[in-house]
Amino acid sequence: MTEPTLRLDRLSVAYRAGGRNRAVLRDISFEIARGEAYGLVGESGCGKSTVALAAVRYLPRNGSVTSGAVRLDGADVMRLGPEALRQVRARTISMVYQDPGKALNPSLKVGRQLVEAFEVVGLHPAERKFRALEMLKKVRIADPASVMQRYPHQLSGGMQQRVAIAMALANDPTMLILDEPTTGLDATVEAEVLDLITDLRRQLGTSILFISHNLAVVAKMCDRIGVLYAGMLVEEGPTWEILGSPRHPYTVALLRCLPRGGQRKGHIPLDTIPGFLPTPGALMPGCPFEERCAHADDRCRTEIPELREAGSRVVRCHYPDRAAVVPRNTPTDVALPKPASEAAPVLRVSNLSKTYGQGSHATRAVADVSLSLLPGETLGLVGESGSGKTTLAHMLLGLVRPDPGGAIELDGELLAASLGQRRDEEVKAVQIIFQNPDSALNRSHSVERIIGRALRRLGGFRGADLSSRLAALVEAVRLTPRHLALRPRQLSGGLKQRVAIARSFAGDPRVVVCDEPTSALDVSVQAAILNLLADLQAERNVSYVFISHDLGVVRYLSDRIVVLYLGRIMEMGPSERVFEGPNHPYTEVLLSAVPNLDGTRDIRIRLSGEIPSATTPPSGCVFQNRCPRKLGAICETLEPPLTEAEPGHVIRCHIRAEDLDRLQRQYKASVQIVEAHLDKFAPHQLAE
Amino acid sequence: MTYVAIPATRNRRHEFFATLLRSGSFLAGVPIVVFWVFCSVFGPHIVPYDPLAEDVLNALGPPSSVHWFGTDQLGRDIFSRVLVGSRDILIVAPLATIMATAVGTVLGLITGYFRGILDDVISRLIEATMAIPGVIVSLLAIVALGTSEGTVIIVIGLSFGPVIGRTVRSAVLAERELDYVAAATLRRENSTHIMFIEILPNILPPILVESTVRLGYAIFAVAALSFLGFGLQPPSPDWALSVSANYSMISGGFWWTVLFDAVAIASLVVGVNLTADGLHGALDD
Repeated sequence: MTEPTLRLDRLSVAYRAGGRNRAVLRDISFEIARGEAYGLVGESGCGKSTVALAAVRYLPRNGSVTSGAVRLDGADVMRLGPEALRQVRARTISMVYQDPGKALNPSLKVGRQLVEAFEVVGLHPAERKFRALEMLKKVRIADPASVMQRYPHQLSGGMQQRVAIAMALANDPTMLILDEPTTGLDATVEAEVLDLITDLRRQLGTSILFISHNLAVVAKMCDRIGVLYAGMLVEEGPTWEILGSPRHPYTVALLRCLPRGGQRKGHIPLDTIPGFLPTPGALMPGCPFEERCAHADDRCRTEIPELREAGSRVVRCHYPDRAAVVPRNTPTDVALPKPASEAAPVLRVSNLSKTYGQGSHATRAVADVSLSLLPGETLGLVGESGSGKTTLAHMLLGLVRPDPGGAIELDGELLAASLGQRRDEEVKAVQIIFQNPDSALNRSHSVERIIGRALRRLGGFRGADLSSRLAALVEAVRLTPRHLALRPRQLSGGLKQRVAIARSFAGDPRVVVCDEPTSALDVSVQAAILNLLADLQAERNVSYVFISHDLGVVRYLSDRIVVLYLGRIMEMGPSERVFEGPNHPYTEVLLSAVPNLDGTRDIRIRLSGEIPSATTPPSGCVFQNRCPRKLGAICETLEPPLTEAEPGHVIRCHIRAEDLDRLQRQYKASVQIVEAHLDKFAPHQLAE
Repeated sequence: MTYVAIPATRNRRHEFFATLLRSGSFLAGVPIVVFWVFCSVFGPHIVPYDPLAEDVLNALGPPSSVHWFGTDQLGRDIFSRVLVGSRDILIVAPLATIMATAVGTVLGLITGYFRGILDDVISRLIEATMAIPGVIVSLLAIVALGTSEGTVIIVIGLSFGPVIGRTVRSAVLAERELDYVAAATLRRENSTHIMFIEILPNILPPILVESTVRLGYAIFAVAALSFLGFGLQPPSPDWALSVSANYSMISGGFWWTVLFDAVAIASLVVGVNLTADGLHGALDD
């Protein structure tokens, strides 16, 4: 067997903090063969990025390798001299980071930066520009010459990441490290970037280390995966084997946290993982997962399990055979009340629009949106960034004043456009849970003060009343009185979001806008927060407007779904109907863009071009210039009306619902035939 | 960027002090400042001679074992005068800085939070005042209001306020975009509450750094005014006053009457600036 491209041999890394070494990677061994894609998954703080940094010997100043070795193409990276190390970084290994906006130099034109990447390789000056243009073509940038002349901020996130990938490929690396390359990109853009990486891999035969917290993305991209927990590799093996029949309790638990295959809140709640990740550097006499594992016994507490082989995989568990019967942490039989469809809507929005700017610069962020929300119902709001989700939510809250002509009604009464004119009752009836709890909680105030102030202002409670309400609310969001004295920075992400949830529920709201409340959280924490939101809804009959780019999460929580594109409703209907079809072509694209965990290879409908600017939307149907099912001239001249495909399910398309249904069924059937065909090939044949 | 996956240490305050104590400039600056504060408090009890006692027979004596720093034209012991010379300036300059900080914080909060026309008007006025040389404004104001320590404090406080205000404003601009401000709006908090209870605690670090920097400038400004005769008044043993009274004698070779006072002023300013630099580094982390 030939030497693997990257080999970690019992690698341990520690960071020096507070005067002592804290172990962040413990005894990690794995190999990435030539042309192989290896995925590293785990929650934040598990040491994923540290692995990447150690591989290129780029640990921060307080980090050091305490034992073990990293071999790149057979060379011991830790023993290389300065010049040899420079050569390795210049020629054999490349890295793509999470945020392309930060990875590119904002003050240099894209072309300059790209040419520089070829300069490092030692290419002749005359050749550099030509190669740069060629590389941009390779990463599927349609107009490379003009992109070369632009600055990074003039490119969209997806384009920036493609440029970053082009730069990483300049040295024709044998090893490419991708550190969360699509986190923060829209689902459709993510799908494109992932496709690109898959294609490049086939063409170039590069080995890939793919780091992500998103199991579905890793499942789609990688041949083998390793699961990291608290700096230890707990399970490793072929992707579908690990995801299909995990043997480590942590992998099992992680997979159960994800909403899959149409799982809904009223059906089976998501499982959660109790407890917390050990702090980096904590002394672990036993298995790192022992505290959170239902199977843990004395042996687990005192003896660190060795990596043991089980078929084609390795597992770091004393009892790998018990994984299949790990008990759930949350009960399965939770019956959530269904929203009563005959009840009067709590919120009704009609013909709501928002235009920013004037004249030729007028941008219609939201155009003519009408919808209603029943008591106890969750309305999912999906769409790419720039589709007007947040603007719509802010209009409901009164933070943004809508254009004249639209109306928002709460319980049948007209709501004033701006917050200042709303009555106190109306203000407390509509509240929000923000995306990022770090921004949403005042970092100088204690938890008690944050929640207490909201109870005082929104609930009008004082004195003893206030303390009893505070205690009840804290308990309702599953915090303990111990947390009250703490500041937000002393809490984990999930606990912070619980504080934010408690605050928004202080005044017994009728409607709570949830603006991507779990997108900043790890999956195990996300599951707990989603369950909490579902429980609170069942207890208090509150309605949610749930904004998310994660369709799995939206499907889990929402009763009805609204699909927005350029500020217009493209489709609206009951959750299961929107996921089953018939769909608006845009919804179809969105749905097929999401990588899934069910092992089906999806042949995606590619979306060409970028989301158009709302200042100059396409004529006719706003989706026509990207639509995979465009009919012809009518789409360019006439904006289609919202037509009812079935009761309660409306689609804005010129194609009749029956035809959409037929086309989409045909398409799915054809995909299945292609899939069956593809399955005849082993993965390595595909990768060549 | 979160590539260094080290979580925030639980005790942030502890970490702050640890960084501070590793900062070279802080460790160099603080002893200087502490030394002068000590002298201004206990100086009268430890000096070898009464700083105000005249001894005309020994006037203009050079540094010697009896008078370490020599004597001035009235025969007063310069060493004793330098030691106690920090007292008045260490009262006037900090008070002026506190006033400037208060003025600047309010200005910055108002302009940064409300923005719009109010911000435009106040900001242009601030820029206008900053365009005029501060000493000239101060001189005019002191002439109009009469010379006293109170006037000096008010004049320096008001002229430094806008400078601090601009720093505060930029901090507020970043802070007001955070969601906790929107959350406060959504529970109907009034502007005063949002500015002073929600935002202010979060921008204290930059305010503290800016005030310390301004303290250095304030010491300098008080010294300059005293030198010109508009600040502290005789018979205070103030350094700048001594320099002012004696500088004409440098040409006569009596360098010691000026040098030690000048060095004292410089050391205090440098000490305060080093401290500010250290604070800045620690609070930025």
